[in-house]
Amino acid sequence: MSFLSRIGNALRGERLSREIDEELQSHLAEASEQGRDPAEARRAFGSTLRHREASRDVRLIAWIESLRADAVFGWRQLLKRKATSAAAILSLALAIGACTSAFRLIDALLLRPLPVADPERLYALERQGIGFTGQFQTFDGWAYPAFRLMRAAVKDQAELIAISYAERMDLTYRSDQEMEKAYLQYVSGWMFGSFGLRPSLGRLFTENDDLKPGAHPYAVLSYDYWKRRFGQDPKIIGRTFQMGERLFEIVGVGPEPFTGTETGTVTDIFVPTMMHPGAVRDDWTWHRTLARLNPGVAIEPVRARLHATSRAFEMERAKGFTGMTRQSIDRFLNQTLLLEPAAAGASGLQTDYRRSLLALGVLVALVLLIACANVANLMTAQAAARGREMALRVSIGAGRWRLVQMVLVESALLGLLAAAGGGLFAWWSAPFVVSRINPPDNPARIFLPADWRVLAFGLALTLGVTLLFGLAPALRASAVKPASALKGGEDPHGTFGLTRRRLMNALIAVQVAFCFLVIFVAGLFAATFERLSNRPTGFSAERVLTLDTVAQRAEAPVFWNQVAEHLRTVPGVETVALAGWPLLGGGAWNGFVSINGAPPGPVLAYFLNVSPGWTDAMKIPLLDGRDFRAGDTSAGLGSGVAIVSETFAKQFFDGDSPIGKLFAKGRDRYQVVGLVRDAPYRSMREPLLPVAYVPFQSIDANGALRPIRNASFIVRTSSANPLALASTMRKEVPAARPEFRVSNIRTQAELVRAQTVRERLLAMLAMFFAGVALLLAGVGLYGVLDYGVLQRRREIGIRIAIGAQAGDIARRVTVDVFSMVIVGAVAGLALGMASVRYIETLFYQVKATDPGMLVLPWLAILAAALVAALPAVIRAVRIDPASMLRAD
Amino acid sequence: MPKPDSLQGSLDLLVLKILSRRPGLHGYAIMSAIQDMSGDVLRAEEGSLYPALHRMEEAGWIHAAWITKDTGRRARIYELTAAGKKQLATEESRWQAVTSAVNRVLRTA
Repeated sequence: MSFLSRIGNALRGERLSREIDEELQSHLAEASEQGRDPAEARRAFGSTLRHREASRDVRLIAWIESLRADAVFGWRQLLKRKATSAAAILSLALAIGACTSAFRLIDALLLRPLPVADPERLYALERQGIGFTGQFQTFDGWAYPAFRLMRAAVKDQAELIAISYAERMDLTYRSDQEMEKAYLQYVSGWMFGSFGLRPSLGRLFTENDDLKPGAHPYAVLSYDYWKRRFGQDPKIIGRTFQMGERLFEIVGVGPEPFTGTETGTVTDIFVPTMMHPGAVRDDWTWHRTLARLNPGVAIEPVRARLHATSRAFEMERAKGFTGMTRQSIDRFLNQTLLLEPAAAGASGLQTDYRRSLLALGVLVALVLLIACANVANLMTAQAAARGREMALRVSIGAGRWRLVQMVLVESALLGLLAAAGGGLFAWWSAPFVVSRINPPDNPARIFLPADWRVLAFGLALTLGVTLLFGLAPALRASAVKPASALKGGEDPHGTFGLTRRRLMNALIAVQVAFCFLVIFVAGLFAATFERLSNRPTGFSAERVLTLDTVAQRAEAPVFWNQVAEHLRTVPGVETVALAGWPLLGGGAWNGFVSINGAPPGPVLAYFLNVSPGWTDAMKIPLLDGRDFRAGDTSAGLGSGVAIVSETFAKQFFDGDSPIGKLFAKGRDRYQVVGLVRDAPYRSMREPLLPVAYVPFQSIDANGALRPIRNASFIVRTSSANPLALASTMRKEVPAARPEFRVSNIRTQAELVRAQTVRERLLAMLAMFFAGVALLLAGVGLYGVLDYGVLQRRREIGIRIAIGAQAGDIARRVTVDVFSMVIVGAVAGLALGMASVRYIETLFYQVKATDPGMLVLPWLAILAAALVAALPAVIRAVRIDPASMLRAD
Repeated sequence: MPKPDSLQGSLDLLVLKILSRRPGLHGYAIMSAIQDMSGDVLRAEEGSLYPALHRMEEAGWIHAAWITKDTGRRARIYELTAAGKKQLATEESRWQAVTSAVNRVLRTA
């Protein structure tokens, strides 16, 4: 209480002084009322001022008052040099904001624990090694029968939970006319219980909801979805929705904070794993597996047991493998099972963006350090200018710590103002960055709460930054030697003048080194993006609309062709073709190919079924042979035909003309009828794949045409903006045949752009920060050079007076700083070379050793240094020796 | 050589004792009371009295309030708090212990 009141008193010092004065005056008045001579009473009383000070000291905490005084004084100092203060605050605010923003993203995506019981005991099961594709990979997908075995194997040490990849599904609540999309996850019935979650409404699943395949058509909604889609309607329990051919009943709503385990995606609906069509398939890896270790259980034995179980399962399954080489089967079996901590959930977004976010975090931290170095230099120069003031303070009795405190308070004021600005910047920029992670139809949704974690980070950052840029100047300022300063000597800090310049020069070297690193890395990211987005696609994406279409039940190809025929009559449509899915649309179908009855090779070939006219619609040049005809079919009874890509021909036919040649995939045999130019199949980043296009219609074992449930119409329009036709198309497809529904419309150009979302984001942000870093380093250089000229103006004046040339003066004032720039740049280069291997995987066809990549930062820094040096040099050369020498 | 009016650290005790008998005194009245009751032997200097009052107030032993006197002037009056009463008892017994010890020394030396 008393402590608080003393703090309170410190904050209203004026009023306190008035009260004390009034009491003392009242004392004197009382004395004269009692008949004492007022003059004598006053004499006896002594100095009121001294009494007031004595009383003030007991009634408030002296250091708090001194803090307040320092804050007021510091504020005045900041106001006195508005331009430099504003520059310092702005650059720090930007850097602090960027760092906080990066922290928010990294925290939300990678660090923040899931809102479940004991998240630190959660692990995700992964397999690492050479997969079927022949590449080293880490894969976290599992087949349900394998999961069942593994669960039984470790049931005493851990609970295994199956959770499918979140999928955007089509479903309807009422009539089929109102299809909508929702993120759906198939989860083990015991997941909610194991996570210690309670329903907000109704009930959650239990183990009994997940026993027999297809027998539990129940759904639990996430709280977020319940709120967003149904306005928290309590009557939701018991409602049903149609998904595919099944009706699901809603039985409950999950707890508010829980949005699934796939960080970056907010799951809307949970259904039991037994409802997944792949629940009994041993060759369909469709879910992640999370392990929740029992308390006190060691990881390694559990991992070893899981590994053994998984390997035994795959060995058994491999007996049935056909069309694969022994070598690729062995490599596949030799994969290692890993347990990765999954306290923050497990998602593809984490895998994709972990490195990128950390790289960005390092970049913004470097920018922050550059900004700190700048402000430190600024404060050092200010402290020099205030040498006499400090000397005066020391000589009238200010203690050393009192001066340190004074300068630090000024720094803290600067830091706090910058933190406020940075907070605003982070508040805006983190959601902005998330909104850029938006592949079409699958925008990332990450909750970015501004809670105590973010606040604590921001405060710690501000404090650290303040000490970083404020402590050295504060200690330096307090080391002033009053005698020489007040004598009017040149350098109030004695020998400190020299070390001060050394400190400033060292800071310049550090700044340049970091700046070089930031520009270097930004250049690599920018080059990656540029090369990736300029990579030839081999097809024309302009004016192409892709309609992912779904039929109520699998329909014969002839009906699909009818719809295509109808779409061709719509005005504005040039051509329409059918494909299993659009190129770069995310779908993939692969297999091992054998030539002339030889055993299959180790290289995977990729397949896509397309209708006649597809190559034309995509404008993929036909190099040889012919396009498909209406009667062509894929596989079945030895009559399949195929069109292959150049890479396919090179890979499997040694570059000979493939026309007329035969190849087989498992039991299906194909004759090549056409050769087309290469086009990227599923990703722009990977090398071109050997692709075989096969006819849209295929024949099953009985010789009948196979019905088809999902496919995409590829529509080339005549208008420059194909999306203008989107709503027409959405209506025209069911108009042609009512059992067909468009579930998703995307432009092909959008799909191509989506390939570079991450690279675009990285390049954009890195270039932005490179610009900021360069600007800050330039400002820093300017400040130090200008300060140097100011310090040496007398020396320069004398040199000019005795006939020094302008060039000589310019060299003298810049040589120190420029040698620091070179030292810094060399250090930056070394740093860059050392660190670049951590982010190599983010590059595309860019090498850190490319001369262009190395020269660019050099040139940028050199240009910035020259521009920054110009004003100081001009100032030095223009020094008028007469007035300068007269001045003192 | 201590001056005869030096209170030798007993100022707090005297102020507390006086306020316990006559609550609601202002600073000047406390000073006069010390002088009167000690038969003009003890004098509390203004320079020590007010800081002492303010210190005891911050320590929570005494409580201050502003009153307006008939003359229209405001005066700050003090009274003992519960903590102050406890403190007075402690100080009193300590004083007794010290003086009796000093007396014993004077008698036996």
